[in-house]
Amino acid sequence: MIEQSVLEEVLGVAMRTGGEFAEVFAEDRRNASAVLDDGRVEELTSGRDRGAGIRVVVGETTGFAHTADLSEAGLIAAAQAAAAAARGGGGGTNVVALHRGTASRGYDIETFPGDVPKARKVELLTRADEAARSVGDAISQVSVSYGDNRRRILVANSDGVFVEDDTVRTFFAVSCVATGDTGMQTGRESVGHTIGFELFDMYDIDQLARNAAERAITKLAARPAPSGQMPVVIGSGGGGVLFHEACGHGLEADLVSKGASVFRGRVGQQVASKGVTVVDDGTMAREWGNIAIDDEGNPAQRNVLIEDGILTDYMWDHLRARKEGRRSSGNGRRQSYQNLPMVRMTNTYLLAGEEDPESIIASTPKGVYVKHLGGGQVNTATGDFVFGMTEAYLIEDGKVTEPLREGNLIGNGPEVLQRIDALGNDFAMGPPGTCGKDGQGVPVGDGVPTLRVSSLTIGGTAA
Amino acid sequence: MTFDPPDQESADLLELAQSVASNVRSGEQLEAFVARSSYTTVRAHGGEVESFTSAVSAGIGVRVVSDHRQGFAWAGTLEPDAIADALADARDNATFAEPDEWVGLAEPDGVAPVPFDAFDPSVATMEASRKIDLALELERMVRAGDPRITGVRVATFSDSSSRFAVATSTGIAGAGRGAWCSMSALALAEDGDETYTGGGSTVGFRPDDLDLAEAADDAVLRATRLFGAKPVPSQRVTIILEPRMAATIAGLLGSTLTGERVLKGRSPFGDRVGETIASPMLTLVDDPTDHRSYAADMFDGEGLACRRNQLVVDGVLQGFLYDSASGRRAGQPSTGSAVRGVSSTPSVGCQALAVAPGAGSFESLLADIDTGVYLQSMTGLHSGVNLVSGDISVGIEGLMVRNGQLAEPVREVTIASTLQRMLLDIVAIGDDIEWLPGGTGCPTIVIADLSLGGS
Repeated sequence: MIEQSVLEEVLGVAMRTGGEFAEVFAEDRRNASAVLDDGRVEELTSGRDRGAGIRVVVGETTGFAHTADLSEAGLIAAAQAAAAAARGGGGGTNVVALHRGTASRGYDIETFPGDVPKARKVELLTRADEAARSVGDAISQVSVSYGDNRRRILVANSDGVFVEDDTVRTFFAVSCVATGDTGMQTGRESVGHTIGFELFDMYDIDQLARNAAERAITKLAARPAPSGQMPVVIGSGGGGVLFHEACGHGLEADLVSKGASVFRGRVGQQVASKGVTVVDDGTMAREWGNIAIDDEGNPAQRNVLIEDGILTDYMWDHLRARKEGRRSSGNGRRQSYQNLPMVRMTNTYLLAGEEDPESIIASTPKGVYVKHLGGGQVNTATGDFVFGMTEAYLIEDGKVTEPLREGNLIGNGPEVLQRIDALGNDFAMGPPGTCGKDGQGVPVGDGVPTLRVSSLTIGGTAA
Repeated sequence: MTFDPPDQESADLLELAQSVASNVRSGEQLEAFVARSSYTTVRAHGGEVESFTSAVSAGIGVRVVSDHRQGFAWAGTLEPDAIADALADARDNATFAEPDEWVGLAEPDGVAPVPFDAFDPSVATMEASRKIDLALELERMVRAGDPRITGVRVATFSDSSSRFAVATSTGIAGAGRGAWCSMSALALAEDGDETYTGGGSTVGFRPDDLDLAEAADDAVLRATRLFGAKPVPSQRVTIILEPRMAATIAGLLGSTLTGERVLKGRSPFGDRVGETIASPMLTLVDDPTDHRSYAADMFDGEGLACRRNQLVVDGVLQGFLYDSASGRRAGQPSTGSAVRGVSSTPSVGCQALAVAPGAGSFESLLADIDTGVYLQSMTGLHSGVNLVSGDISVGIEGLMVRNGQLAEPVREVTIASTLQRMLLDIVAIGDDIEWLPGGTGCPTIVIADLSLGGS
């Protein structure tokens, strides 16, 4: 994307006014999407974004500037702006010598979506639309979306790091509306992986569409969810967002170091039930949160956050790790070249236990079975978090019975982790997610086995 | 209709948009939407500048309609080769869409834009050192606000000066500019083993509009009044929503009243025009020509004049918002409600919602509540709100209201209802309309009979 000699020159300029660390992050991203709605292929969109963000660190201060101009002159202007913003005092020339590294994710992209004729992408949309509508007359609306992106990044910094990566992600989603005497209900299914068009060899699109339609129809008969505390069983693969919110964000070192996490100072302590092991793993092949390198040029890692209930470590980016005199854990990510990196999750999951998932439900006299969770949100300072249930049922006498309307559940991270009293042997990753933090969105994955929390508060309307 | 861009930079953007649109081929409609903005963000933490970002970004979106098929492409730069690529991609993309008799660009409709220009050049020319001083000052003020404040997660100063232009082969030409600055702080307060956060913010069309003391006081108050909060038992409650919370509910309602949702059968109010959908106290307009709104504008995303649109009057649903395509399909004129950025085609959206003020101050509304909850924050709006079914369930923090007074703090509870019920359950609207950073104007609203899920 940019020649090594140019990068060395630009980093030299960035460091000239007393910078302690400087970095060039360049990105060239192409997006393509296609949307079918209301029975018609509405629109294909393609977009391209290309540019570089340059940061210069002096003491506690980071100066940052970005530009869409990748010429030497454009990069030098951005480097000067970043250096001025960091307000370094000292002078002197700093010579930067880069050492080219490699980024490997251990598998290849089979079919680059950019090489696939648009007609084939469009065909997937109409197929899914037909499959969803075939489920029943109650299906009153269907929207199908296809998306792919290819993101080439380059990271070069004053520590000599010079590495490039090329990432491809492909995504497909079906959303249905069912209409009945009780009003309208919705059902959605989505799949996404850090792979190319081979996504469609992995999944049966017709089945995916039928599942979304069936979920919407099932919910027409749903009764209001209860309100108040009761045991909650979370389905395999459907509920990783629980851990993303209950402890993931609270284990991000930037929040911890600012005193904004309820998990501050708790490394080495028992923070979860025995048997609970939570991992954040950027190396997980083909998963939505997979990265070969993070957006600071560090190789992706598998980081154990909680092991058998004991808090083992936080997640780190370059700045926080540098301050603590340790290595980054490969969790420095950013939405685009226009943003500064910060500590972010990748694929966050809970390891499987040994119980039979059927017996977990059978041993729950009364509660709620949440097959699929929606998004969530956490206040890391108090640990209180919410997450939505998009498909849920009552559990009565150890059996899954009636469907429930949508709603949020609320709990407190440290308390909920201690209340996990059953772990199934049926681990699965869930659908692709986008994690938002300080206005930046990045792709993340999550996964769980079937599990039970002995008490959570359900935000329904029924007494 | 003639239109004079407000300054040379806007004129240059309009000229660029027009030159792209002039590439139109026979049997085709062509639109270019061009935007450029410069911004600064200063983040202060621990008495130091944590980061200082300054940048300019620009981009273009190109829309082609040919044989009733629409295609779109965009680029995050205004380089000529990227614009040429976007035009070619948009044309190619159009060939894969299925024909729709209603698609098409906006055409001049004779509605004159209401002149508006809140652009203050002092935003763009402000010294970097003053921005830094302001961010550091806000952090100091928050820290000094209460002995229990142990830190500020971040205090920020942000400014943005932006311009856009849209031109089409159908004769549309519009351009606009805006400048804003804003500051916010997230305070951390500790007492014993409890930690709470509280946010405060201030926004203005010019630096002198910023009220640091108000932002700091708000952050401190919100961070310090929840100590000892715990869940209360599940019950039916009345909630009192201060303007910023009430604006969120108004925004949810507004989202269900867009023509696109209605036409595609995704609005719970789609067949209710002329009917009472809310308490007679509720009147809701979307009016970007109201210059008190921070989202006030002359043109919408398709280059049509913005206008005042009545959505709900005295509880009765008046109609929906349309852009030109959805309006054509509904047999209605566009309401000037196309919203967009460079990387997407226009969609129908609310721009400057306002709930008409009622009678009574926040205090007098509070005094009328026997038992209820005052909401300080809501979480999980994206996961707990379904705008098709109308189901609403969110996590909240706040203070109980007992005998007309704010009482003990509460957290880790949910409130739930449906949007349809909440509108009918409005029991009071205050006179304290506040214009919020997002552009919505809203007073305090009191809603009865929600389910609180707690211990």
